[in-house]
Amino acid sequence: MKVKVIARNPDDYVRETKLDIQRVPRNYDPSLHPFEVSREYTRALNATKLERVFAKPFVASLDGHRDGVNCMAKHAKSLSTLLSGSCDGEVKVWNLSKHECVRTFQAHEGFVRGMVVRYCGTSFFTVGDDKTIKQWKMESPGYGEEEEPINTILGKTVYTGLDHHQNDPVFATCGQQVDIWDEQRSSPIRSFTWGVDSFSSVHFNPVETELLASCASDRSIVLYDMRESTPLKKVIMTMRSNTLSWNPMEAYYFTCANEDYNLYTYDMRYLAKPIMVHMDHVSAVLDVDYAPTGKEFVSASFDKTIRIFAKDGGHSREVYHTKRMQHVICIKWSADNKYILSGSDEMNIRLWKANAAEKLGVLAPREREAANYSQKLKEKFQHHPQIRRIARHRHLPKTIYHQTKELRIMKEARRRKERNVRKHSKPGSVPVVSEKEKHVVTVMK
Amino acid sequence: MAKVSKKKASKKKTRSGGAEQSNEGHPDVVYDDEKEEDATDEDITVEDEDEHDERKRQKLLEAIGTLSGKRKKTLGERSEAAVHMSEFTVNAEGEGDKVDLSDLIGSIEKTPGLSGKSKKRLKNLEQSRKTIECPLSKQESERIRRDLAFQKVSKEVSHWKSVIRQNERAEQLVFPLNQEPSGPKPIERVVMGWKAQTPLEQEVFTLLSANKQPINDPILTPTEEASMKAMSLEEAKVRRAELQKARALQSYYEAKARRQKKIKSKKYHKVLNKAKSKDFQKQFDEMVKRDPAAALEELNKMEMARMQERMSLKHQNSSKWARSKAIMAKYDEGARKAIQQQLEVNKDLTQKLVTSLNKEEEETMEEDGNADVVPDFVNDAEQGLDFSNPWMTGKLSQDCVEKETSNAVTIRAEENVAEEEEVEETEEEVLLREFDSRRKRRQAQEADAAVILTEEEEEENKDASDKEEEELSEFTSLFKGIAEGCGEADTAAELEKELKIRCLEDEELLTQDKEAEEEEEATDKGPVVPQHPPATENGQKTGKSRKRRKGIELKQVLTKGAQVLQVPFAPTIEDAEDSEGKLDQRGLIKEAFAGDDIISDFLKEKRKQEDAGKPKVVDLTLPGWGEWGGGGLQPSCRKRKKFRRKMTPPPPRKDQHLPGVIISEKRSSSIRLHQVNALPFPFESPSVFENTIRSALGRTWNTERTVKKVTKPKVVTKLGAIIEPMTREELVKDKNRASAGSSSSVKS
Repeated sequence: MKVKVIARNPDDYVRETKLDIQRVPRNYDPSLHPFEVSREYTRALNATKLERVFAKPFVASLDGHRDGVNCMAKHAKSLSTLLSGSCDGEVKVWNLSKHECVRTFQAHEGFVRGMVVRYCGTSFFTVGDDKTIKQWKMESPGYGEEEEPINTILGKTVYTGLDHHQNDPVFATCGQQVDIWDEQRSSPIRSFTWGVDSFSSVHFNPVETELLASCASDRSIVLYDMRESTPLKKVIMTMRSNTLSWNPMEAYYFTCANEDYNLYTYDMRYLAKPIMVHMDHVSAVLDVDYAPTGKEFVSASFDKTIRIFAKDGGHSREVYHTKRMQHVICIKWSADNKYILSGSDEMNIRLWKANAAEKLGVLAPREREAANYSQKLKEKFQHHPQIRRIARHRHLPKTIYHQTKELRIMKEARRRKERNVRKHSKPGSVPVVSEKEKHVVTVMK
Repeated sequence: MAKVSKKKASKKKTRSGGAEQSNEGHPDVVYDDEKEEDATDEDITVEDEDEHDERKRQKLLEAIGTLSGKRKKTLGERSEAAVHMSEFTVNAEGEGDKVDLSDLIGSIEKTPGLSGKSKKRLKNLEQSRKTIECPLSKQESERIRRDLAFQKVSKEVSHWKSVIRQNERAEQLVFPLNQEPSGPKPIERVVMGWKAQTPLEQEVFTLLSANKQPINDPILTPTEEASMKAMSLEEAKVRRAELQKARALQSYYEAKARRQKKIKSKKYHKVLNKAKSKDFQKQFDEMVKRDPAAALEELNKMEMARMQERMSLKHQNSSKWARSKAIMAKYDEGARKAIQQQLEVNKDLTQKLVTSLNKEEEETMEEDGNADVVPDFVNDAEQGLDFSNPWMTGKLSQDCVEKETSNAVTIRAEENVAEEEEVEETEEEVLLREFDSRRKRRQAQEADAAVILTEEEEEENKDASDKEEEELSEFTSLFKGIAEGCGEADTAAELEKELKIRCLEDEELLTQDKEAEEEEEATDKGPVVPQHPPATENGQKTGKSRKRRKGIELKQVLTKGAQVLQVPFAPTIEDAEDSEGKLDQRGLIKEAFAGDDIISDFLKEKRKQEDAGKPKVVDLTLPGWGEWGGGGLQPSCRKRKKFRRKMTPPPPRKDQHLPGVIISEKRSSSIRLHQVNALPFPFESPSVFENTIRSALGRTWNTERTVKKVTKPKVVTKLGAIIEPMTREELVKDKNRASAGSSSSVKS
């Protein structure tokens, strides 16, 4: 009897060293793979579902404050250090990797309004309701020593915000006016006023380091140049902006968090119209911070949620909330682009993942490749209805869900009314005003 | 000064109201007290009198005013211009008090320190009658300043545009931006912060500095740096490429040489040497034509080598090794070969060059060559086989002669004579020699098979005797055939051919095998011996047949894998069993699926679908409309015909010409759920969107490299690294890049 055997040459499938990739004989001729798209679609669907399964963004909660957390500051040189100031004037320094408080001291009487770490990371500044600016050392005092600021400046008015220059010993405060301080002097080297306002926040541009922007109570955002003696420009919006954040990678973009539930991204050269309106919050937005990559930002709102927006996305890609989290007052995006920190009314600081479904830690090469592939698949099929439905699905608290619905109805009603008015009036007398233009009142030179 | 202010005041007055228009030109009388003080002494005296008068008059006026009882005006002293100004306070006498610019700068004329230029300018100023425009209000000026500052800043900020746009377009962004490149750092950066501390180090450093060697930056000495500067980048690149090429070539040659050196086969080396000598000969011939001087030199060199060889005993078989080999040669073929080889070398080296004319020397040399210490049987052994033997290669006719003659020990002396004859022979003697060879051939034939048997024995050494005899008989018959079949004149040529073929075979084998020599021989002879034709054919034919056989041999030698590949897959040899088996299987399948006829089922289904798609005749007749209605009544035939509507046929089905396919053009609701129903935002045409969907990403359909490229994430961050905001260095980098890009584009 003749036995026929299929002969295989090991050269065709055995790799030479174990460092080589596995040789898998494949014929890539597309005519042999008529179902590639449908197969990839299935994979994309599975990847999307798995992403939702693994989306567990909440990492830890840091408790210890005895009042609402009013402000936070990232350490300039250390990823694991966070500073927070509460409404009772207490400042805490946290170790994020250990989830524990390292240092606590009473910095001010009344609120700690603002805090910022010096660019070198050796000291930090705080301002409080007691009309003082204090500079503190970063390392805790030795045994038996008392917590004492390196430097204290007594001001005439309450300071409500504070920011430090990117690489010079200069910082800015705001209150009734915007002041630029030299660290060595006890009086401001420059003060900016433009009408009678009270400012809620001031921020240095991290790229063009001489520029500043502040939000004022007259619903305006004012731009300054540290080198000039006058402010540069002012845009007045329909409602007040609480804070703003500059894009750390794109010099002329900033985003402001507005009381009208929206965020607005402006190009500082063209203030007449924001380049993007970011909607989704259902209450006033209290804080905003850009990701260090400049691709996304995170916002904290009075509606007890945190939302993540793409810098050019009109709606949020992610919403975080927990049952116990109250009004979120301050928010920070960690400097390694991995985490989000939120400080809220109910005295807790929460640590979140920036990408909810991302696996933390070091990935094996194959793992990383698989993640990249599934990410690309999701991107490729993102417009397909089923995939979009699953990817967009979020559970929201009942109140927020209903409020969203209500807002939608209100908006629709307003639009309908406008349409009707336009229909019944002389053509051209009721112009169409785009959503972007609607919210800017004037630009003052 | 006072006058100037007065002027101003008057101006204001003119602006303030039309009533006081008439007062234009008159200087104002009202001015500040302090300004008054500033005025010159003369002025004061004059104005004092004026004032005195004025006061009096005012008092008088006041008195008059009270008299009227209308209103009481208190016109006190004023310190500034005001709207309410009494027309009576206007002083007409002020004309003379007007202060001109000339009054003020009159004294300058006399001051010697002032330059003529400034004097001239002042004069011009004096002559010009223009009034200075009043400055802008604070708000206005601030606004302008702000606007200017803003424009400046926005211009400055706009420099980032290209960087931002580039980052937006980038396929992948890696953060942190200014990452240090991984891998080993250049030594100078590592050493940068290091300083000499120990005395030894210091000593070394003083030495280095004394010799102008680099200390902190241990890469280039000043001279090296200068040379680097001297060489442009392009040059350096070209040079480096050249060096690389040279290095690569060298390594190739080295590898080749090593490989060749490793080859143990003596035959190979023999062939190689022969080729080399041939090459050399060729070159030498050329050189003689081209460059006689160099050729002469070469000749001298060769002569020198020959002389040295003759003087030395290097290859004279007189060494210890040679002697031992000579003893061994009786039993060991290898030893015999070795000795022979050495002899060859000796012969080669001691051979007088062809160009030389003196025969006598040649003769003597030959004699020297013959007068060896080596026993004769070394030479005798397998001379028939060894083609590298110079005696055989050079003159073939003699070769065969030798071959025959040397076989028999008895012909030894004769052979020696023959050799001597050869040496002395000239071209004229060729004929003579041929005759001689024929004679010898005849003798050889007479010497019969036994002679050849010995030869064969020597060749193979181990074969069974009966087999050998068989072969031998074949061999002899071949020879006989050669001798008898064709003229004797041919035989030499034929033999030559044969030999050549064998040579070829040897060479081919050489290229292929790296086995031991014995094996080689076995493969060499294995096919040769049994395939001797049965001696009926003539010599020519045998030669041809050998050639053909050689071809077959080649195929055999070829790797079997290739042959297997050439065999087509499907029509393999169909054995009876196989076909039976297949039939069995077929039958089995038939048996298994005997009940269902899939094809006809499919056709039926298709027909059903086609029928369903066909338009139906619609009957729109309404019974009872315009006619009598009721049970059992039929609408009239005419009406039915009239209201029967034929629908237009649908477009032809897509599967019209595809018998084995049903294509349904209906929308499937289950699939529709998963389909995109509107063109998504960033896309502008459906075709673009479809293209993005069509191309697969996975490694099932793409090569590894493509997959890596396609699935590259947009943003890559380093774990645990702080991402700093963008710095101005990026801007500079971008500018450099842009300038480099523009320059390159200009170049290309």
